[in-house]
Amino acid sequence: MIPELGHFALILALLVAAVQAVVPLVGAWRGHGGMMAVARPAAFVQLTLVAIAFAALTYAYLVSDFSVLNVVENSHSAKPWLYKLTGVWGNHEGSMLLWILMLALFGAMVAGFGRNLPVSLKARVLAIQGLIGLGFLLFILATSNPFLRVDPAPLDGNDLNPLLQDPGLAFHPPMLYFGYVGFSMAFSFAIAALIEGRVDAAWARWVRPWTLVAWCGLTAGIALGSWWAYYELGWGGWWFWDPVENASFMPWLTGTALLHSAMVVEKRDTLKSWTILLAIVTFGLSLLGTFLVRSGVLTSVHAFAVDPARGLFILILLALTVGGALTLFAVRAPRLRGGGLFAPISREGGLVLNNLLLSTAALTVFLGTLYPLFMEVAGGGRISVGPPYFNAVFLPLAIPLVAAMAVGPLLAWKRADLAGALGRLWAAALATAIVVLASLFLVSGAPVFALVGIALAAWAFFGALVELAERVRLFRVPLGASWQRLKGLPRSAFGLTLAHAGLGIAIAGMVGTEMFKEETVVLMAPGDSTEIAGMPVTFEGVSRVEGPNYLADQGRLTAVVDGEAVTLLPEKRFYPVAAMPTTEAAIHTTWFYDVYVALGEPREDGRWSVRLWHHPLVPWIWIGAATMVAGGLVSLSDRRLRVGVPAKRRQPSAQPAPAE
Amino acid sequence: MRWFLYALPGLAFAALIVWVAIPLVRGDDPSDLPSALIDQAAPATDLPGLPGRGPGFTTADLGGEVMLVNVFASWCVPCLAEHPVLTRLAAEEGLTIHAINYRDAPDDALAWLGRHGDPFARIGSDPEGRAGIDWGITGVPETFVIDAAGRVRFRFAGPVMPEIAAERILPLVEALR
Repeated sequence: MIPELGHFALILALLVAAVQAVVPLVGAWRGHGGMMAVARPAAFVQLTLVAIAFAALTYAYLVSDFSVLNVVENSHSAKPWLYKLTGVWGNHEGSMLLWILMLALFGAMVAGFGRNLPVSLKARVLAIQGLIGLGFLLFILATSNPFLRVDPAPLDGNDLNPLLQDPGLAFHPPMLYFGYVGFSMAFSFAIAALIEGRVDAAWARWVRPWTLVAWCGLTAGIALGSWWAYYELGWGGWWFWDPVENASFMPWLTGTALLHSAMVVEKRDTLKSWTILLAIVTFGLSLLGTFLVRSGVLTSVHAFAVDPARGLFILILLALTVGGALTLFAVRAPRLRGGGLFAPISREGGLVLNNLLLSTAALTVFLGTLYPLFMEVAGGGRISVGPPYFNAVFLPLAIPLVAAMAVGPLLAWKRADLAGALGRLWAAALATAIVVLASLFLVSGAPVFALVGIALAAWAFFGALVELAERVRLFRVPLGASWQRLKGLPRSAFGLTLAHAGLGIAIAGMVGTEMFKEETVVLMAPGDSTEIAGMPVTFEGVSRVEGPNYLADQGRLTAVVDGEAVTLLPEKRFYPVAAMPTTEAAIHTTWFYDVYVALGEPREDGRWSVRLWHHPLVPWIWIGAATMVAGGLVSLSDRRLRVGVPAKRRQPSAQPAPAE
Repeated sequence: MRWFLYALPGLAFAALIVWVAIPLVRGDDPSDLPSALIDQAAPATDLPGLPGRGPGFTTADLGGEVMLVNVFASWCVPCLAEHPVLTRLAAEEGLTIHAINYRDAPDDALAWLGRHGDPFARIGSDPEGRAGIDWGITGVPETFVIDAAGRVRFRFAGPVMPEIAAERILPLVEALR
């Protein structure tokens, strides 16, 4: 009964989406207020109906209703309740339902918070959201209905892929989808603006908070995913240039570019067509990210649904959405008139450079990810391009990007003095030099490339601090006056500092672990000792433990970390229902490094192969990512950007420094 | 020409969609590529083993019974996806599977096998990918079925997923046995 209710709610949602897509659009075209007003209640009803459907599926999972095919295929009665819950989106059908729930949520947020939006713009934005929802609901109902029944119902289910039974991954898809779907807002605003034929500073101010929300979600989602891969896949890597990772990374790159270019539209009334294009491309890449996995066009560890039969539907949906948007762009964008002119060396120029580098980086990742697909069409078979390609093409783009990142915020709008800006960064340059020398001292004979990486990380980090110090004129005016300035700064200024400094921290983590990690594989009998990075590690033995739905060999090792004994319990688990083994690494983390232990195979002579890693700075990757997200959130709390701020900015008269 | 600039993204996208749609619409199974090696003797190969794991892989190891030759690398994610299937083929179907470790650091390969299990009989280490040229490998993973006379009978590009093993490889292996 409950699953049928969910199914029924989905069908109703489809009808409501059709109304939400068509009526307000016609209303906005003919200037009919009543028709435009339909959008708001439709968005709320849409959210309610999709939420009912989602709740129905969740219920089926929680009570282990094995008459529902989706539950049978992805759940098991012995599974802990948390993974019963996350099993809802740990499969193709459920994840699509989650996607549409997020979409409806964003639609309802615009309807709820967008009171100050111009009526026609709001109607058009909501109509575009309705259109996207229509496409997805059709897709779900036609090809991926999660509410299908099986008769007779089996006694128990097939269990969720054990790799996905993990708290890190439990919340990774919702965050990621929040990001993906969040970019639909920028997309809808872009299409609405193209239809209206008007892009101005006010438009940019409405788009930016939505883009920022999506960006925060995506950043957090990517970070969670990489953290999961780091500790769950059991080989201590944190990024694999896997198609699915790339799929989330591409919209992140273009989304980051969009955040920056929208700033130019807001402040200087130029780069309009480019910003619109970025909004379209970013959402297009988000769709690609959603579908890349789902359609099975590319194979990956993450591919929990491989079904080429859905490929064509997906492709048509993608073609209509992005193709339609780009056609509209080709027709309407030439009419958008840019305003402010600027010299190449200026804040605008810096942001253009940022955009060029980020977009090129996105393009190289795109080519690398889809290259196997191109090869396939050209008759080459499926292949994995692998990290060598990405390291070769991505890093040369990332280096100038990060190098310029510290300089950009110090440039003035319109026309700037590059030498002056560089001069003001002397403190950052000095700090960078000290850090590089200290690394040379700590790790004698460090490779040049590692030093370049460390230098970039330090440059980004200290550059962001210098920018903040410059803004409050630290040490140029009395400290008290600086403090007053600091208190008067808009929150978005802190957002910038946090986001840029966070990237610096994350880069330090990436370079630290990639360049200085140590690893060793040893065969150990109980009582044997070995050493990793100068730390003694003793193997105590292996015992058999039993989890709720798995059996495990649990190794017990004692390491002496900074003079303290630490117990490490790596496991090799076996999930009998799914007949799959997984590795649970044991990680001891400090502020500066991780000690990472994975249990290997037993030998005939009773010894076990044990793999030990020392990962310097690796926690910084996620500390950095968290700092970046915090920057986004702080910026979002800025009253200027707060959702629903009136078109005309009520600027406090005593604003001491320009924002951003 | 200004309009062209604005139409460019749309045109590029249209080209992309058409390109991707071709195999979908044709209903191609891209792994069905005919290999030039089919029904030919397996290309002469003599690869050293991974350090500490025993002898390498040579053409002399082929023949006598139906075998598989799998091309893998530790950096290749699809290889991980097919690994449990290969393990099962070796353990449950008694298939001898030799491997070419393609463009990989031997230490990484050993570590990878240590983590995920080692179902292979012989492994030839091919860090420069020279055997890859002889075998006509376009990417990793690839799997070849070699008959008792040492001839290549089937080549599959892409990960051997359970349904591929059940529908394509095992029936052929049974027929050849």
